Amino acid sequence: MSEDAGVSVTLVVNGTPVIRTAGGHLSLLDWLREAAGVTDPKYGCGEGICGACTVLVNGEPASACIVLAAQVDGADITTASGLCEPGGSLSPLQRSFHQHHAAQCGFCTPGMLLCAHAMLRDAGRRLTRAEIREGLHGNLCRCTGYTDIVDAIEAAQSMGIVR
Amino acid sequence: MNGEIHTSKLEELRVVHQPLARHDQVGKIAGTTRYAGDFAFPGMLHARLVRSQVPSARLTRRDVTAATRVPGVVAVLLGEDVPNNEIRVDVPGQAVAVGSLKAVMHVLATDRVRFHGEPIALVVAETEEALAAASELVEIDYEEVPVVSDPLAALEDGSPDVHQGGNLLAEWRIDRGDVDAAFAAADVAVEETYRTQFVDHAYLEPEAGVGWLDEDGVLILRVATQVIEHYRDVARILGVPDAKVRVIAPYVGGGFGGKEDMTVEPYLALAVHHTRRPVRMQWTRNESLLARAKRHRNVMRYRTAAAADGTLLAQDIEIVSDAGAYAYLSALVLLYSTVHACGPYRVPNVRIWSRTAYTNNPPTSAFRGFGGMQMVLGYESQIDEVARKLELDAGEVRKRNALVRGDRLPVGQEIITEVQLAQTIDAVRERAGDRPAPSGPRKRVGRAIASNMQSYGRLVWLNDSAAAWIGFQGDGSLTVRCGVPDIGGGQASSLGQIASEVLAVDIDRITVHFGDSALTPLAGTTTATRQLLMSGNATYEAAVRLRDQVLAAIADETGQPVRGLRMESGAIVGPDTRVPLAHALQVCRRRNVPIEALGSFFGPKGREVTRDLEGDRIFPDFTFGTHLADVEVDLDTGQVEILRYIAAHDVGRAINPMSVEGQIAGAVVQGLGQALLEEVVVIDGVNMTPGLFQYLIPTASDVPDIESIILESGEGLGPFGARGIGEPPIGPPIAVIPAAIADAVGARPTQLPVTPERVLDAVARGAVDAPEGATA
Repeated sequence: MSEDAGVSVTLVVNGTPVIRTAGGHLSLLDWLREAAGVTDPKYGCGEGICGACTVLVNGEPASACIVLAAQVDGADITTASGLCEPGGSLSPLQRSFHQHHAAQCGFCTPGMLLCAHAMLRDAGRRLTRAEIREGLHGNLCRCTGYTDIVDAIEAAQSMGIVR
Repeated sequence: MNGEIHTSKLEELRVVHQPLARHDQVGKIAGTTRYAGDFAFPGMLHARLVRSQVPSARLTRRDVTAATRVPGVVAVLLGEDVPNNEIRVDVPGQAVAVGSLKAVMHVLATDRVRFHGEPIALVVAETEEALAAASELVEIDYEEVPVVSDPLAALEDGSPDVHQGGNLLAEWRIDRGDVDAAFAAADVAVEETYRTQFVDHAYLEPEAGVGWLDEDGVLILRVATQVIEHYRDVARILGVPDAKVRVIAPYVGGGFGGKEDMTVEPYLALAVHHTRRPVRMQWTRNESLLARAKRHRNVMRYRTAAAADGTLLAQDIEIVSDAGAYAYLSALVLLYSTVHACGPYRVPNVRIWSRTAYTNNPPTSAFRGFGGMQMVLGYESQIDEVARKLELDAGEVRKRNALVRGDRLPVGQEIITEVQLAQTIDAVRERAGDRPAPSGPRKRVGRAIASNMQSYGRLVWLNDSAAAWIGFQGDGSLTVRCGVPDIGGGQASSLGQIASEVLAVDIDRITVHFGDSALTPLAGTTTATRQLLMSGNATYEAAVRLRDQVLAAIADETGQPVRGLRMESGAIVGPDTRVPLAHALQVCRRRNVPIEALGSFFGPKGREVTRDLEGDRIFPDFTFGTHLADVEVDLDTGQVEILRYIAAHDVGRAINPMSVEGQIAGAVVQGLGQALLEEVVVIDGVNMTPGLFQYLIPTASDVPDIESIILESGEGLGPFGARGIGEPPIGPPIAVIPAAIADAVGARPTQLPVTPERVLDAVARGAVDAPEGATA
């Protein structure tokens, strides 16, 4: 096997430009996790089904396991830790997740948060529980049964998090 | 918290019983928690298994030459490279003709594979790219052997053997009273066969871990596991002393029994052992679905006899479960099925014969509910049918037969704690109120309840134990060390709450170190709904010892009677005394009183069972509950919508009510997946559902809010009277959904999952497919 010189990709990860030269075949997920050391997006299925790898690409939710890093060269990437306040404290949405026990094992949580963040930001109005559930259908959770997650997102709507 | 709590016998508590937001969730929500697959070392290698592509074959050639030549490949290992390639599984209670002699598995198959996905070779390489290339180049020639795919056929004469000596891995029998006479005298008898499916745990975190050698030559594995004490099994495989292997479990991304057996551990260990370098192994979702052990599919034939007033007189039950290709825990899972087979009811005459058979299907082993949960479909469907035939209320028939303290199970075990089954039935019904109306003329609404019992704590002859250590720091903050693996259920957090309660230290000033087989006192497995009972009691014991040591020192120092002293936040307080904690700890040091304590807890003891089950205690205790579901059935499409779901359990005492609700809601939805959606489909030994595209688990839009009702009898064997709640709520969903469908359409589905096709079959059998305008 020949040494792949790789391609240079620059992504702005949670506000910080990151430049890595890596295999051109790397998924955004592998690029973040393996090349850039950003481990909060999780590998859950590699097929774009489970949502554990959800990140925001220029603000829009995407499954990082089925996007090539090179495809989105130059993009702004937000991961769950990028939702935190400056200094690392939890954002209002994250605090709502904590108060409502919306994480158990926590493995789906980073993706779930980013999905919820984009859902609330784009809603423009108060969402019903049914709409929240519909919005979460691309993010699987096996621990919570979803009720606490829906509670957290519903309550976050009253916390003035949507800018 | 959106549920109710019904409490009795509540002592004064400060921290325990509070719905505290868990400390472990902060990092998970901030995205900073590192799971087993999130660690990397400089110079780290990567490892991957080459697995069998066929379910049953002799291996006639294994050639690693080409794979080894791939640049970047460091090692390609076969079974011959494993110091002790054979893993022997203990199968208790069986005659030598079955069980233990055949319960052998291999780390890497050498001459025979018995299931699709069985590991054959281990590739270790510098990069994932080299791994992928080399894995393709491991050459394996298969000479296929007839596939045994059906457990019933496997037990018949003339079936090919999966292992030498027949396909019966284990069997259990219970024979109590006179079943035939009871049936002859009964007013009513019902009979049906129920079938459950293979189910995958489908936790979001696939199996993963890193391994390395430390400076002293100790092999360390940091892996996603429910059982750090597999370090002993790893040591045996490598042929090194137990003390030379250490397993660390970071926060685990879900377990549910699927990380109870070893997964990546032997392979990581082998790779590190051979290369002396750090290695990471990450199973793909495909590998996880393909090859990690599943929930047993069961065939359960039930006959039940009852008197005209609904009193149960006898049950005659036959169970066959599919053990898959290797023993794992199948014999014990079947034992749980057998002991739980009559459910939470008093049945005086019982005959049970259960068998588990080898097949060339994926291995089956532990999964939340561990054999007890499949039986809920059987005993709850039967009691409903008894009630229907006698035209009695299904809840009243349950209450009439409900176990009470002092009753004995068919196996002989006495129920020693209060049973609040009737209260759970009343609680769900009261909350449910009126039944909803159908949303259209071709829709039917059904309502049902299902109750269950599920053991918590390990089998009593296993001599279960747990230990925990608690120490004050000089500033009065607290360190708890306990070898509990935390798999997401708040296992570590609840220990902090218990220590906080006893020692009056604010929860924010407590750190719980957990899950390290070398540095935290061993606390056993996070399985069998045992950790709150075991590590909870051990932590309580350690906290009480530490408290009493400090109070005694202050009593000596101040001349006050120790009985008048207590710990309050930041101080030792008595009638005429208030000693700041920091000062009290200095007093302890001056008086040579330790400011740390080790607590141990030993589970209830009992004798090991034999195949013919009779005797006394099998389990420490049980948790009881009842669920209620409203469903709407579309008569034309067979679609089932769950309109309402309420679950009530007596948890003894809720250490953290939010965690209890979380366990209930999560287990319910996992059970609903089994009821309606999920099946590992295996055709002629070939796994047809090796991706989340094919293997469907519930999404947020498939399920309703889960309303939980927590009853607190204070009667459990855990700290503060707690019972275990991790497994119990997964049982009722698989019974209550078919029952609610039966209520809606007039006939009961008996096979899981209840797909739209099976619903339409019930619609046809129930003859409710009436013209528009007619009512059922």
